[in-house]
Amino acid sequence: MRLRLNKPWRSLDAAETARVQGQLGVYQIADASGTIVMIGEAGARTTFGLRSELQRELAARGPGFSFRFEVNQQYRTRWFEMLMVHQADHGELPLDNRANPPKLGRLSPA
Amino acid sequence: MDYRPDAEQQMLIDMVRKFVREEIVPLEDNLDPDGAELDPADHARLVAKTKAMGLYGIDIPKEFGGPDIDIVTRTLLAIEMSQHRAGLYVPCYGVFGGAGLAQLFEANADQKERYLFPTLRGEKKVFFGLTEPSGGSDPARAIKTRAERKEQGWVINGSKIFISGADRAQYGIVFARTDASKGRGGITCFIVDSDTPGFHVRRVVHTLRSASYATELEFKDCWVSDAQVLGEVNKGFAIANDRLSRQRIPYAASCIGVAIKANEMAIEWAKIRSTFGELLANRQAVQWMLVDNELDIRSSRYFTLEAAQKALRGEPFRTEAAMAKLTASEAGGRVVDRSMQIFGGMGMTKDLPLERWYREMRIRRIGEGPSEVQRMVIAREIVSGGVGNA
Repeated sequence: MRLRLNKPWRSLDAAETARVQGQLGVYQIADASGTIVMIGEAGARTTFGLRSELQRELAARGPGFSFRFEVNQQYRTRWFEMLMVHQADHGELPLDNRANPPKLGRLSPA
Repeated sequence: MDYRPDAEQQMLIDMVRKFVREEIVPLEDNLDPDGAELDPADHARLVAKTKAMGLYGIDIPKEFGGPDIDIVTRTLLAIEMSQHRAGLYVPCYGVFGGAGLAQLFEANADQKERYLFPTLRGEKKVFFGLTEPSGGSDPARAIKTRAERKEQGWVINGSKIFISGADRAQYGIVFARTDASKGRGGITCFIVDSDTPGFHVRRVVHTLRSASYATELEFKDCWVSDAQVLGEVNKGFAIANDRLSRQRIPYAASCIGVAIKANEMAIEWAKIRSTFGELLANRQAVQWMLVDNELDIRSSRYFTLEAAQKALRGEPFRTEAAMAKLTASEAGGRVVDRSMQIFGGMGMTKDLPLERWYREMRIRRIGEGPSEVQRMVIAREIVSGGVGNA
């Protein structure tokens, strides 16, 4: 498993999100400039895992965003890890994670 | 031996049992099935309750402000505190407080001021840095991290793995080799502040325990002063060993608590679930699984309380602690597995806590010394004639 998610981005639209599996995992949302604005998790309390979480993101954000995801049963710890790696790489959390972040530690990934 | 709780112990057991069922379990309905933390407001509210109950900081010695509860009673309460979804690794989400690391009770006065007391006040968090990529079962030989003398201090180089909480801690207790020519006699214990240059938390290590993670650490020319040596130079292994033995009793107790809860759920389910026109509870195949659960729970409870009683009497209890950890972790796994079998498909879902217990209980046969090492410890004692009729 790669530390940083580097899969290709997909357009956050109805057709693309409908193709996503209903599995548990983590995802990133980027704005039109490619800046990551959100790192999220699709946990076991979601109705259809990644698909319903990304459809919720689409409904809330509207067009102009893109997404990528990783199916991962360890969605919780992977989410923490991705937030900490982002913080280490950029000095701050993605914009939409700043309001109510989980308790995080500090990583200095190689 | 009579391991029935006395009246005072029973009162405390009832109090904690009620607390778990009425305060902790309902909150879990709104948490992620792999959740490991309460909402901060809930946490603060429940800490206030455990303080009012006189049970906060239950493992802290009396001289450091703990409630002065003996180890047998604490073991009985640990069995109760783990009887919820997150209970195996996060009993009651920590609202009964932690003792920090027991080694610090042996620290010198200056170290107590700088580390122990702030930890007990909840101002500092600590990690325990023992296991290395070269192995965790045999730390005396596996420790490759080395500390070399330099400028009235020590330069630490090496790595650690499976270290919980290092990314959030303000300091850690770190074991390093200070004399390459000696095995267990060449290890020293250091207190390392996590903002020390050269200390790095390199990555998260994901495991079956998906509620929380371990980390991998790197020490790169990490200099610490002589004041950071805990205990004596080259005598760190005894500190690690003491901690490992003591930790095995509560470790076993939480396995028992989870096994009790899983079995309780399986019994309830067997009484209401019918297949082919008959309740599961009336089918011999299921009855025998429940019998085996009961035997596993009672035997591990016996071994664990025996270890706690020996510790309470001030007798050597390393062998008994190994027996307790071995039986409780292995029996706990079997009980959860049988309970899942009784539940059928529902037992596999995240709707129930069984699947989380199943994953986390598997780790218990490895963590704090694998089953094989426990058997080695016990065998050594048997062969040397140290184990007789209990």
